[in-house]
Amino acid sequence: MALLRWSAPNDLFRPFAEMEREMERLRSEMDRLFTGFRGLRPGRVGVFPLLNVSEDKNNIYVRAELPGMNPDDIEISVEGDTLTIRGERKPAEVSDKVSYHRREREFGRFRRSLTLPTRINVDAVDATFKNGVLTIVLPKAEEVRPKQIPVKTQ
Amino acid sequence: MAEKDIEVREKQEVQTQAESTRNIPVYVPAVDIYESEEALTVVADMPGVAPENVDIDLRDDQLTIRGTVTVEGDGETVLLREYGVGDYYRQFTLGRIIDQSKIEAAMKDGVLTLTLPKVDKAKPRKITVKTG
Repeated sequence: MALLRWSAPNDLFRPFAEMEREMERLRSEMDRLFTGFRGLRPGRVGVFPLLNVSEDKNNIYVRAELPGMNPDDIEISVEGDTLTIRGERKPAEVSDKVSYHRREREFGRFRRSLTLPTRINVDAVDATFKNGVLTIVLPKAEEVRPKQIPVKTQ
Repeated sequence: MAEKDIEVREKQEVQTQAESTRNIPVYVPAVDIYESEEALTVVADMPGVAPENVDIDLRDDQLTIRGTVTVEGDGETVLLREYGVGDYYRQFTLGRIIDQSKIEAAMKDGVLTLTLPKVDKAKPRKITVKTG
């Protein structure tokens, strides 16, 4: 039990102020949870392919695991602030005479859209496919890149 | 052919394995295993693993597949993370029918294909039934 001292009338209200602060903290925590990272929300959750998105000063990076895919079967487009990846993962040709013991790998068509968190330079988007991982590099638009402002001495 | 939409399959972390020294998760690669008259074929998805970082070990009848992932994106700030990046590990027990000296492995675009030829005596013999 906290002891309330009758030193200043303000003290009486301190628990309420603390409660309010706690409420505010909770609210911002919830906001953060629901809006995702800086407003970046996946179009639908649990849609193939799963994406990892990161950024640095100049670029946004979107990565997806597409093992065994032919790069020609991957189609990437950017329209405004929406990135769309679509394609088809085709199974390798296997003779009919085999019998399957396990079949865990998934095949089929997919289409996934993502709203980008900042404006990007659409003309300079680059995509590479290495070891089954697709990496899309989206350069940020000039106006949203952080600028260094040098301080001049006189 | 019916066209179907691909389903998301979340990566499964390896539960029982001696702790690895790398501080990243270890996943169970998704595999297809099929058998023909001549061989057993194991196809494993290991995205992010370069061909030189695949380790296949066969001891007695224990086949162990290990893949060491190349982590990319150092120095970047994560905005959205839907899949984990980690190594791969899976073990199979093979029957004695495999010719261990003729195992072949190929790694391309993050997919490992292991061909395990059967020894001659394990190949089924065709027995023709004569009609008298």
